[in-house]
Amino acid sequence: MLVNQFLILAAVLFCIGVYGVIARKNAVLVLMSIELILNSVNINLLAFSMRNGSLDGHTFALYIIAIAAAEVGVGLAMVLLMYRNRRSIDLDELSEMKG
Amino acid sequence: MFASDVLIAQNIGFAIIATIMVIGALRVVTTSNVVHAALWLVVVLAGAAAQYILLAAEFVAITQVLVYIGAVMVLFLFGTMLTRARIGAESDLNNKNWYFGIPVALALFVAMAMALDSGFGSQKMPANPAVATTQEISDQIFGPYLLPFWALSFVLLAAVVGAIVLARRD
Repeated sequence: MLVNQFLILAAVLFCIGVYGVIARKNAVLVLMSIELILNSVNINLLAFSMRNGSLDGHTFALYIIAIAAAEVGVGLAMVLLMYRNRRSIDLDELSEMKG
Repeated sequence: MFASDVLIAQNIGFAIIATIMVIGALRVVTTSNVVHAALWLVVVLAGAAAQYILLAAEFVAITQVLVYIGAVMVLFLFGTMLTRARIGAESDLNNKNWYFGIPVALALFVAMAMALDSGFGSQKMPANPAVATTQEISDQIFGPYLLPFWALSFVLLAAVVGAIVLARRD
């Protein structure tokens, strides 16, 4: 196994996630794209952990999984709040900040 | 001889899982049904767990299945259910300028692929990596990385309290 095959896979997933964040309007789908990005980071951490023969990557991958769970919880709470106030979760309708 | 057979099997497994993951990820960002996107995301996350096992990270793989496929997916499906009356396909999930995402993602990928190629070229993984046992990982977490663990506990506490405060009706 090459080191690069895992890193390239992670890069592909990262770019797909970035595309999703840019292209999607629905807030839940944007959160799902962010999950793709976080997962690609985890693959990178574990690949480097195996390459270097150390366990630090495993520890940080676990921390990232925990952070991602917290992020999804808060993010979906915000989406619920948005839906309750405006009956819509389209991100481009949140434009009060526009001058 | 045997080691090279194992390596070939690993590469075939990697290729199959990676293809499934990329297809699933593309469907997540292109499908016109929010529930289908969540289910395709399950495919990607399960593939990631399989890659973790390929990377000799059992504990992280099991945690991935428990936390992501178990908990985060339920959260996503609940979020979809609570914010959308209809479950079927929808036509307005993308921005007006969604096509700007394609050149951005492609440029990002080309940049990263070039950096990875010049950085790691044809470096190989160690042939017989040690499988990380749960005991070693706990020694790491509760030893040198105890402070981030504490910080993480507070982050989770703050997230739980914040989610309740945000989502509460009053």
